[in-house]
Amino acid sequence: MVLDILMIEDEPNIAEAVRFILGRDGWQLQLHADGLGGIEAIRQARPRLVILDLMLPHRSGAEILADLRSDPDAALAATPVLMLTARGQTPELAAQADAVLGKPFANDDLRAQVRRMLA
Amino acid sequence: MPFETLVAGCLAYVALMFAVAFAADRAAERGRVRWLDHPLVYTLSLSVYCSAWTFYGAVGYATRSGLEFATIYLGPTIVCTGAWWGLRRLVRVARMHHVTSIADLISARFGKSNPLAALITLIAVIAATPYIALQLKSVRLSFEVFATETPQGAAPGGAFGGIGLWVAAGLALFTILFGTRNLAADERHHGVVTAIALEAVVKLLAFLALGVFVVWGLAEGPADMLDRIARAGRDPELAEGWLLRPDRWTALILVSAAALVTLPRMFQVMVVEAADEERLHVAGWAFPAYLFAMSLFVLPITVMGRELLPADANPDLFVLTLPAAAGQNLLAFLVFLGGFSAATSMVVVCAIALATMISNHWIVPGWLALRRRPAGEETEDLRGLVLNARRLAIIAVVGAGWVYHEASGGGAALASMGLVAFTGMAQVLPTMLGGLLWRGANRRGAYAGFGTGFALWLALIFLPSIGIGALPPLPERVDPLAFSIFLSLSLNTLVFIGVSIFGFPDPVERLQGLSFVSAVEPIRHSRMTRGEDRAEPLLAMARRVWGADPALRFFQAEAAQQGKSGYLPDLTPNFLTRLERRLAGSIGAATAHAMIDRVAGGVALTVSDLLQVADEAQRAKEEAQRLESATTELARTATQLREANDKLTALSVQKDAFLGQISHELRTPMTSVRAFSEILMTPDLSDEERARFAKIIHDEAGRLTRLLDDLLDLSVLESGRAQLTVTAANLHDLIGRALSAASATRPERSFTVERDMPSEHLPVITDADRLLQVLINVISNSRKYCDSDRPVLRIRARRSEQGGAQIDIIDNGSGIDASRQSLIFEKFARLNDPARAGGAGLGLAICREIMAVLGGDITYLPGQGGAAFRIELPRRPPAGAAQTHS
Repeated sequence: MVLDILMIEDEPNIAEAVRFILGRDGWQLQLHADGLGGIEAIRQARPRLVILDLMLPHRSGAEILADLRSDPDAALAATPVLMLTARGQTPELAAQADAVLGKPFANDDLRAQVRRMLA
Repeated sequence: MPFETLVAGCLAYVALMFAVAFAADRAAERGRVRWLDHPLVYTLSLSVYCSAWTFYGAVGYATRSGLEFATIYLGPTIVCTGAWWGLRRLVRVARMHHVTSIADLISARFGKSNPLAALITLIAVIAATPYIALQLKSVRLSFEVFATETPQGAAPGGAFGGIGLWVAAGLALFTILFGTRNLAADERHHGVVTAIALEAVVKLLAFLALGVFVVWGLAEGPADMLDRIARAGRDPELAEGWLLRPDRWTALILVSAAALVTLPRMFQVMVVEAADEERLHVAGWAFPAYLFAMSLFVLPITVMGRELLPADANPDLFVLTLPAAAGQNLLAFLVFLGGFSAATSMVVVCAIALATMISNHWIVPGWLALRRRPAGEETEDLRGLVLNARRLAIIAVVGAGWVYHEASGGGAALASMGLVAFTGMAQVLPTMLGGLLWRGANRRGAYAGFGTGFALWLALIFLPSIGIGALPPLPERVDPLAFSIFLSLSLNTLVFIGVSIFGFPDPVERLQGLSFVSAVEPIRHSRMTRGEDRAEPLLAMARRVWGADPALRFFQAEAAQQGKSGYLPDLTPNFLTRLERRLAGSIGAATAHAMIDRVAGGVALTVSDLLQVADEAQRAKEEAQRLESATTELARTATQLREANDKLTALSVQKDAFLGQISHELRTPMTSVRAFSEILMTPDLSDEERARFAKIIHDEAGRLTRLLDDLLDLSVLESGRAQLTVTAANLHDLIGRALSAASATRPERSFTVERDMPSEHLPVITDADRLLQVLINVISNSRKYCDSDRPVLRIRARRSEQGGAQIDIIDNGSGIDASRQSLIFEKFARLNDPARAGGAGLGLAICREIMAVLGGDITYLPGQGGAAFRIELPRRPPAGAAQTHS
């Protein structure tokens, strides 16, 4: 079975909220809490969408995104990425990520964004 | 004329000279020097050039050699009219350097060499002795003329023999009285100069009166006179001597021109006695005019003397015997007085000049060398020494002339004795001109050139003139005198130039050379007077240097010491010496000396010029200081600006990073709160879900609050506005309270705490709550992050060396990487999984700020096995910290 979403987020409460919200919409969701094993988890799970937190311990979301985009597996490298960030404006990320959502976000915005990206 | 009448007349004349000299000196002392300083007085004093040699000897010379006598007048005339700028320069340089004689001038120019001056003094003395003898001889001869003409017949022969001695003694007395009355700073002798000026008038009047008598009384007017002269020129007896000989003319004009500036007596009246160079304007035409008047009737007198007087009559005495033979006794007496004036004025000035040279270059240096006392102690003794040395030297100089006169018996013709002196002193000319005009001239050159000229003069001219040795045989066409003059002067000059070119001047010489050669013209001149008139400008000058009050105090003290009220002391040498020393301390010895010399010495520089110099020097100094400090200030400001800019840039970067951090730390819990509150708003949730989500919201809200609290706390601590409540507390109690408070962090973990109870019992004076906050933070961190399976926390306390307390808190975990130890006290430097952290990473940053406010410190202790912190507390918080006591 195909995994819809892989989410890499270190804040357990946020991860819990996102899982609850997107789970109720019927998306298959897997959580990963650390930047270190992030890219490995993506390679193994091969999700249709990656949700990345920008501020992660050990390895930041931007680094994981760069790893993903430079992966030899072209299909994997093209995986859509939704970046979550608690920082202010981070325009340079927009070029790399397919979409950026600032924290805190409205639940409905998150759901609409995911729906659009997985359509 | 009876001998007694003659002597009485002479004595009356001498008394007049004494009276005039005395009156002039008194007038000068009272500051009434206006008429004394008149350029005509100066010009008349130059007539000391016309000694008895020219007064009596010119006619004798003309009898023997025709017009050649005129060379003696032509030389000075050419110098005065053709090279008056050179004379001005000579006077300027001499005044500038306070030169006292020709020897002093040469020595000053060539590195202040005294041996050179002593050598020049030697030639001057050797040359002058026969010359003085000549004057005595002329006086004696003139007495003899009158005595033989008296109706009573022969006067006692002993009286004539004694005349020379009496005259010498009288002249020595006069010279000592008026030549060494005091040591004037400027070496001027108003009395002597005035008496000489008067004698010059007598000389001129006598000679002109005789001339008029000869032309209009004995001959029949100018036309007849010229006719007689023309006939005399065709006289075969005179023919050979009356030929014009270019070689002799050139040599004699050269030598007499040199004599104007090199003869000691001429240097004395022309340079030393000159108040300033301006009077040369008048002297430049007036002195040649005087010489012209003195020479105008020489040929008529010569021709009439030959026509009217017996063939064996002495032509050197024609001027006396001619009127006497014509029965003009009064005129003869006037001529006698003229000749007497010429002789005495020459002896007096020559004695003064030579005495100055002898005392300054022979006696005083010799005395000092013998005494070998350190310099500076001599000031008082030296004045007396110098005056007595001069008196002795005057007696010696005049005495030597008398002895020479007695010994030689007066055989030689007057003119030849004069020429010996002229040619001797002319040897100084190359050195003098070179020194004034050529910077390359140096001392070795001066020694070598002058030495050569001196030796040649001795061998070729002086010694043959007194009968020792003779010139080597010369071709008939070559004149021995001209040959000797040209040979000695040209070799002198060549050696001087040659040695100067190949030698190197020492630094003093270079400096003096520059100052002599490039002596600039004074901008303005002022006529300054003695006494208080000059004390005032000195005070003004001192004010510029020291400031008004110290200068006034110094002058008042000096005036009081002289027994004067007010603040203007007399310009005694003692006062000037002290003033110069004091000034030297402020502006340097050379400048002080120069300034005082110029103000006190009446050199041609105005006071305002000097004040300007002092002002400019002061301004330049202040400006330099101001510039220097401004430069330093600018450099410092630039550095400060750069540092401030760097700091602002760094702060800006830090602020951006900090805001980014805060934003992140605030948004993270906010995200959870928002997400779960929206979820809670949806209807289909179980009670258990609602309770769980509400708890998350609650926890995250608490996290937000703590974060805000920490931020506020940090802000207060960093701004230095933190209020401390300083109390005395027991460290043991505080550690106990901290442990119990920290146990709320991860209460599930079992934590072993090792304490050393006795060492903890330390009284501390500090803000107990703040210290507690630090202890709780450190202990909580350990509870949170210690990764040992059986965590152990060791706490050690001790009294620090400074009287404060030292607390080490060490756990047995893996500690902190060395690379990150320096970061842990920075804001938001949370190291590990945030899931286990209750705060936002501000804890240790706050601890560091608290310890800074308490006057202590918190540091990481590496190498202790686990995480280890050392908290250091001072004996009491620093006084600067805002604190309230309870």
